[in-house]
Parts: sequence; C-alpha cells; structure tokens
Amino acid sequence: MKSKLIIQPRAGWQPVLLSELWQSRDVLRVMVWRDVTLRYRQTLFGGLWAVMQPLIAMLLFTVLFNRLNPLSSDGPAYPLFAFVGLLPWTFFANSVTMSSNSLLSNQALISKIYFPRLFIPLGSIGAFMLDMLVGLGLAFAMMVYYRYPATSGILLLPVFALYGAMAASGVGCLLAAVNVQYRDVKYVVPFLVQMGMFITPVIYPISYMPAKWRPLLALNPMTGVVLGFRYSILGMPLDWPIFVVSLSSATVICFIGLVVFRRMEVSFGDVI
Amino acid sequence: MNPAIEIENLSKFYNRADKAASHTTLQEALANGLQKSIDAFYPGRRGKSCQRGFWALKDINFQVNEGDVLGVIGSNGAGKSTLLKILSRITEPTSGKIAIYGRLASLLEVGTGFHPELTGRENIFLNGAILGMGRSEILSKFDEIVAFAEVGEFLDMPVKRYSSGMYVRLAFAVSAHLQSDVLLVDEVLAVGDVGFQRKCLGKMAEVSGQGRTVIFVSHNLAAIENLCTRGIVLNHGRLCYEGSAKNAIKAYLDLQSSSDEGDGGKIDLRTTLKRAPGCQQLLQGIEVVGAEGAHRSAVVAMGAPLRIRIMANFGKRIPEAEVGLGFDSFYGLRLFTVSTVHDPAYSTGELYGEQQFECVIPGVPLAAGEYRVKVFVRSGGVVLDAVEDALRVQVAESDFFGTGRQPYGAFAHRATWSAICSDNGNVSSA
Repeated sequence: MKSKLIIQPRAGWQPVLLSELWQSRDVLRVMVWRDVTLRYRQTLFGGLWAVMQPLIAMLLFTVLFNRLNPLSSDGPAYPLFAFVGLLPWTFFANSVTMSSNSLLSNQALISKIYFPRLFIPLGSIGAFMLDMLVGLGLAFAMMVYYRYPATSGILLLPVFALYGAMAASGVGCLLAAVNVQYRDVKYVVPFLVQMGMFITPVIYPISYMPAKWRPLLALNPMTGVVLGFRYSILGMPLDWPIFVVSLSSATVICFIGLVVFRRMEVSFGDVI
Repeated sequence: MNPAIEIENLSKFYNRADKAASHTTLQEALANGLQKSIDAFYPGRRGKSCQRGFWALKDINFQVNEGDVLGVIGSNGAGKSTLLKILSRITEPTSGKIAIYGRLASLLEVGTGFHPELTGRENIFLNGAILGMGRSEILSKFDEIVAFAEVGEFLDMPVKRYSSGMYVRLAFAVSAHLQSDVLLVDEVLAVGDVGFQRKCLGKMAEVSGQGRTVIFVSHNLAAIENLCTRGIVLNHGRLCYEGSAKNAIKAYLDLQSSSDEGDGGKIDLRTTLKRAPGCQQLLQGIEVVGAEGAHRSAVVAMGAPLRIRIMANFGKRIPEAEVGLGFDSFYGLRLFTVSTVHDPAYSTGELYGEQQFECVIPGVPLAAGEYRVKVFVRSGGVVLDAVEDALRVQVAESDFFGTGRQPYGAFAHRATWSAICSDNGNVSSA
C-alpha cells in the first residue's frame, strides 16, 4: 500500500509533528554532520577550536577579574568555576548566533527541497552539542589537575545538557523564523548574546548578584543550566528557587520557539 | 487506472507586497505599526485582506494516473513553476487540495543541497539524505550513482573544484536514483552536454518504463513530445488544455500564435530584443505568407516556395536602400542570403516612409530542419537595421526528389546523373 499525502492550505497554529521529525531523522543527522565537518575544514587547528573559545574566555576572565578585583567562586578554583560555566554558555551563545541565521544561509535548500524546516536551526544547534562534549573532556582534565573530586551528580549532566539544548532551540528557532521576515535579527543577536552573559551567572557566582536582581536571573533559561552544570560536575550546592524557575523558563521558551517557528514556517518558501 | 496525483480546485495567490516585505527592516515595521507584524503572523489572512497581487494558479483540476508521463507546457509566468513548487511542498496552496499517492521526488534545479566545500562522496550522502533517502538506501545505490555521474577519480575532491558539467552530473545522478513513485522534473536538461542530456532522457524513460509517474516541465517541446504520454497547457495560471502530449503541444502553439504580437502570422519587430546594437528601428514586422504553423515557426515543405513579407518604416530618406534576408542554421552558421540587390528586376534606389517588401524564394533549398532568418536593411553597404532570429522557418520533409529518399547534409539540391558507358560496357560495376 502506497502512502498518501494530502497537501492543502494550513491555517493557524501547527502542532510540532514528532512523528514526521522522527521519520526524517536522517536529515538532522546529516545536517549536524555537515556543520561539524565544515566548521573546522581548512583551518590550521581544526577541532581544537571547539575548546579554544571557552578556554580563552576562561583565561581572559581569570586574569581580568581575579587579579584586579578578586571574585569569589564560592568553592572551587576560579578557572575551574569559570570554565564549567563557560561550557554551556558558549554552547548557548554559538547555537543562538548560528541557528538564528541558519534559515537565511540555507535559502537555496528552503526554496528547492522540502524536508522538516525545524532541522535547519536544530542541526546547527546539534553541531555545537558535540563541541560542548569535547569541552567537557577538558573540564575533567582540569579537575584532575586541581585534584577536585567528582560527585555522583555527574549522572544528571545529560539532563542539564538537554535543558541547555531546549533553551537554545527555543531562542534559536524563534529568532530564525523572525529573521526570515525581518533581517534586523542579524544585528540584534550579538547584543542579545553579549548582554545575556551578564545576566547569567557564568563568570560570577549567584551570591555576587544583588538580591533585587535575582528574579531576572531566575527568568533567564540559561541560569538553571549553568547552575546544573556546576552542581553535577563540581558538586556545588543549588539555589533551588532560582534553579527551578529557570528550568521552567527554559521549557516554556523552547515550546514558544518551536510553535512560533511552525506557525511562520508556512510562508518561508514565499518570503525568503 | 490508479491515480498517482489528484488535484482539486488548486489556487495560489501571490501578494506583490510579499517581495517588499521580505526585506523589511525593523524601522519600517515600527513605522507601519503593529498591523504588519500581525499580517506577517497570519499569512493566510493577508491574501484575503489585501488584493494587490495575482493568482499564479487559479482553479486547477486534473488527475495524473500511475505510469503517466505528463508534460506541463506553458509560456513564462504561466504557473508551471508554482505548480511544481506546490507539489514538492516548498510553498503552500492558497486553496484547493492535492492528494499524492506514494513517494514523490523532485528534480527542481538539481544540486541545491550540495555544499561546495564537501567532497563528491560527502555530498552524495548529504544530498541523498536531504532528498529523503535512508543511509542504507544511499549505500546500496552508491556505486550506481558514481558510475552514472562519471566523476570517478574526483569523488574525494571538494565539489567546488568540479567543472560545472561534473557538478550537474553528480547532482542529477543522486536525484535520479532516489526510489520514488512520482518524479518531478524541471528543466534539468538545460544543462550538461548533449551526451549527458541524452542519458538523462534515457533515465527518465527508464523511470517511466517501470510504471512510475513522471511530471516533466520543459520548454523543449521535442523532448516533451518524445517522452510524454499526456500533456497539459497552462496559461496565466489556468489550465487550458489537457490531453495527449502531441495535442497539448499543438494547443500550446495555437495559443502562442493567437495570444501574442499582433494579428495573424505577423511578427512585430518594433520592440524586439534581438535587434542588433546601434541599429535604427526601421524594420517593423515580418510575416510568412500562406504558410502553415504558428507564426514564430512557419512550416514549409522542402523545395516548396516561400514567400516572406517585410514591413519597414523609413523615417528619413534612405539612399541606395537594400533589404535582405539571411538564412542561418540553428547553430548560427549562415547558409545563404537573399537581397534586393541580387534581383536584377528590382531597381535599388531611395526609400522613404512606410514600405512593404515581398520576397519569393521559388524553392526552399534546405534539408528538413529548423532555420533562423535574419532580416536587415543596408544603405550603400552600411547596416542600418538588423534583427537576428526574426523568424524561424521549419522545413518539413517532403518527397523532394520524387524518389522517396531524403537528402543528406544541409541543402536539398537536385542533380541529374547519367552513367557513361566505358569501353568494356560494364555499367553495373561502376
């Protein structure tokens, strides 16, 4: 029996069809593979760049803040503290930057071939997941160097990584869809990412933030992910209220991003 | 007969504002206020609220049966591409419904899924997956694809270093090997060398020979006639003919000759783009008198007389004016020229105002085929106006020699032969 496909105009909100995504999962696989293969091709250091970014940022912040105006890390050595925070943050920042532009850089594909459009922004996010995985290896090497003990919390790390991916997908897909219509997004994203770093406890502990600003920290979907990384890798205590609110925020943002993307997807072929 | 595709009341409305909106900046959006962002959010509603657009397709109904090879014919802007885009789900219809039975593969500008930095091998996997092939399916077809594309030793080289021919061959090979029940083909044959085109056509014939359905959009009417079993003609977004491929081509040609450029078989040369640069606009029109066929391509039998009428308007007095026609092969080779100065009965002199000329070639000396006719005006040997490819003449096969045999080469020329007896009188061995 041959499959039957009905094409007719869709109106209003669309469900995210997980069955369709699952059926064409091979597309996501090659999109991730393509991004990973291409990113470091014809570069001198190749895959090393995957860890270079958080590593250099860590050195920079260590020198800049810790020497001039010592920041307390609430426990572990500052470089370790900063690096574990920078890992998910670099992932998020890169993912949002790349995925928000992904539809435009794949215009030819969108106007010629049909496949689930969500795979375009999700593919570029998946590629940065692999980068983060490589970075984790370095984080563990640093723990050995600092003789810092690991805890059983490490088992929860995949969960926090998933939340990070959800936050990145939500923001990335939302911006990607809007970018098709309004190219302004391209100019807004760098600011967004830069400012985001200041309202996420990446290079400072939560205790450093004045109490009245903490609700802002809680609404930030990446706060929970960064806290979770520090909890599971470094065994640092969680600030539960902020942690829970932030992870819920990541869930909501992921949902909003995917749904808005699906809604605007209908006009991609005509507008792009 | 099982249906492969059923199309009911299909319409597609394009908003002209869409073009502008695609490059809106936030500033403009803020200026236009909330309305525009709401519109962007409700693509469906926009088509209804604002009528500054056009129907690329309007109320299209037809059915394609399993195993049909359907040719879609229509001039530019008739809606062919929109139809393919809707069928391949790149854009959504405004209204109507399509049912597609089985897996659909499209060859719309092949190679768009290719990435220039990746090697041929990597691109086969990338493009194959994007087109909907599973990994195992690609692996099983891999050798066949490589062999078909003839890229051999370049397989592990980035495709950005490929020649454009190799690039297209590889891209076509991947798409053509996708196991599908319905295949959409759009003008892919416009690229590649003649040998490869033949191979692509062969592949399509093979696909349709296996009982699969093909929808073929092309300007190459000969290819449509050869490959397609059925044809539809689109005109300004409406379906205006559905039937056999042969009849569809005829309907399309009739439509062409009735729709554009003036009355009857007359071709308007006033606004033609084929005018040679730097020319004055003296030639107004050209027409084949009493020939069959659509006006762009008059049909005349081999050896039959050809009468061509030329309309010109000389704004100022032209001394020693000469009017002529050049017959070129399809590859641009000049075959022969006829001109007023070659006719001893025609008195060359000064011309002024509106003039008509009639040229009679008593017997067209060309072998069967299509020829391009250039028309020109000269004064004392200086070209004043010239239009390349102003007219096409289709010379049809005929029993020119009275022997039922066709000529070889470019010309049809009679000759008398006689056998001259040698001394031993052995004629039969000569």
